[in-house]
Amino acid sequence: MLDSKLSGFSSAQINKKRFRVGEEIVRGLLFLAAFLSVITTFSIVAVLAQEAATFFSEVSFWDFLSGTKWTPLLEPRSFGVLPLVGGTLLIVVGAALIAIPIGLASAIYLAEYSSDQVRSVVKPILEVLAGIPTVVYGYFALTFITPLLEIVLPSTKIFNAASGSIVVGIMVLPMVASLCDDALRAVPSSLRQAGYALGATQFEVILRVALPAALSGIMASFVLAASRAIGETMAVTLAAGATPNLTFNPLESIQTMTAYIVQVSLGDTPAGTVEYQTIFAVASLLFAMTLSLNIFAQKILNRFREVYD
Amino acid sequence: MKNQSLRQRYAIGRIFHLVCVGLTWLGVFVLFILLFHVSREGVAWLDLQFLDSFPSRFPQKAGIKSALLGTVWLISFTATISIPVGVAAAIYLEEYPKRSGISHFIEINIANLAGVPSIVYGILGLVIFVRFMGFGRSIVAGSLTMSLLILPVIIIAAREALRAVPTSIRQSAFALGATHWQTIRSQVLPVALPGILTGVILALSRAVGETAPLIMIGALTYVAFVPEGPMDPFTVLPIQIFNWASRPQDEFHQVAAAGIIVLLVVLLMMNGVAIWIRHWAERRQR
Repeated sequence: MLDSKLSGFSSAQINKKRFRVGEEIVRGLLFLAAFLSVITTFSIVAVLAQEAATFFSEVSFWDFLSGTKWTPLLEPRSFGVLPLVGGTLLIVVGAALIAIPIGLASAIYLAEYSSDQVRSVVKPILEVLAGIPTVVYGYFALTFITPLLEIVLPSTKIFNAASGSIVVGIMVLPMVASLCDDALRAVPSSLRQAGYALGATQFEVILRVALPAALSGIMASFVLAASRAIGETMAVTLAAGATPNLTFNPLESIQTMTAYIVQVSLGDTPAGTVEYQTIFAVASLLFAMTLSLNIFAQKILNRFREVYD
Repeated sequence: MKNQSLRQRYAIGRIFHLVCVGLTWLGVFVLFILLFHVSREGVAWLDLQFLDSFPSRFPQKAGIKSALLGTVWLISFTATISIPVGVAAAIYLEEYPKRSGISHFIEINIANLAGVPSIVYGILGLVIFVRFMGFGRSIVAGSLTMSLLILPVIIIAAREALRAVPTSIRQSAFALGATHWQTIRSQVLPVALPGILTGVILALSRAVGETAPLIMIGALTYVAFVPEGPMDPFTVLPIQIFNWASRPQDEFHQVAAAGIIVLLVVLLMMNGVAIWIRHWAERRQR
């Protein structure tokens, strides 16, 4: 009697155990899938660091960062990355001039003024704008915006930074609009009502209550947009040109860091040469810039987030 | 503001309102200009011959067959790789109790990976898949690279879908004696499926439009054959468009516009399916 009870107990125990093994295997597999992201991050860093290290054993780090001439494919070679960084920044500043005012204005309109019907029309349209592939924007810049610029400003080159930065601005605009819209809608309406109760007009409530309360989200969206603009590749490759050029004139042809990487990989550069290693050095810089901007945006969100009940 | 009359304050407000309305519709207007410009340039070149021809030196003979089929190959493989892995990662992060710091660390990694420029993924794919693993410039190498690129997007979307499943469903399954995995597999996943699918399709449509990483891994710009297996070289729609658009001749720009129309139609169909699934799921829930 006691025996059978005991054995029954132990077989249940075994059953339970076998079940748990299956559960643990599944859990392990799911964990591996999640852990793949960590592996990916470390692979990116390792791959970039390895080739970049070889590059920096031949070219001094300081010459790379402070040099103003970038001619790695032609003799005499020079590996100063500043023209590429300058080209990239020209694109980023131009894109910000387009995306920040229009994106923020759209967000204010959608969150503070528009009716639900207008919102249900405009939001999907902005989403479509965000979903258009970057190569299409590059085509648009090359065949529509550049000819338009040539009419207005005849000194415009066929490839120029201006048309590249305009399309990059259009491209990141939906992201700015959507993130600012989220930030504004997270501001509780009780704050706005308090503003109205004190006699403020709607504009004053937006300017002095809603925007300051949403400031962390808005600033973070600007930083994220800058990060996206830095990493943008196809539109600037098609429209902004392939001449590393340290200039502040947006009508001239320039080359961004991303466009340089594309140019090298389109050519037949054998692995192991210095030309091949330059793309890893440039990509490391690109990766460091976007990563620090993304972390900075996260910091803004955490540091300045106003928590409302 | 002290010295302003109420009328002035309202006037400023109205001007600001108008500025916001104007700038918003400017964004919408740009989209229509873009679509109008592309269709005006490209529609004349769009015919069956264009869909059924290989690229050519002559714009009249150029077609998009190899790029279109290359895209289909690439996206099928990318979906096969990225959906199981992405959904599994989302389940782990959303359904299992957080184990010390590791889950948090994984989450930080995913958030950062989502912000890495696509061209950097291309470099990763070139070194790891093309060179180190020896897949060459093949569909497999391209799909693996694309999968890594869209995994963060899939994980984030799938987590949101899982989070939307009411806790009561899990609790009733546990109360009936189901194990953790049984609960997830037969109760949580079916409810979350439409949301997951919508997110997955949107992530895949991003992969359809991506160009830079595939240029890095060396997807060819001139492919005059249809890939027959996963180890074949290939090209895709955006690369073919890039190739045509970067030529100086106007005819090729128009051919590029025709290619863009094809690409946008593919994307539109994918988004249509995603919207339809969302709509269908909402109706089923009622």
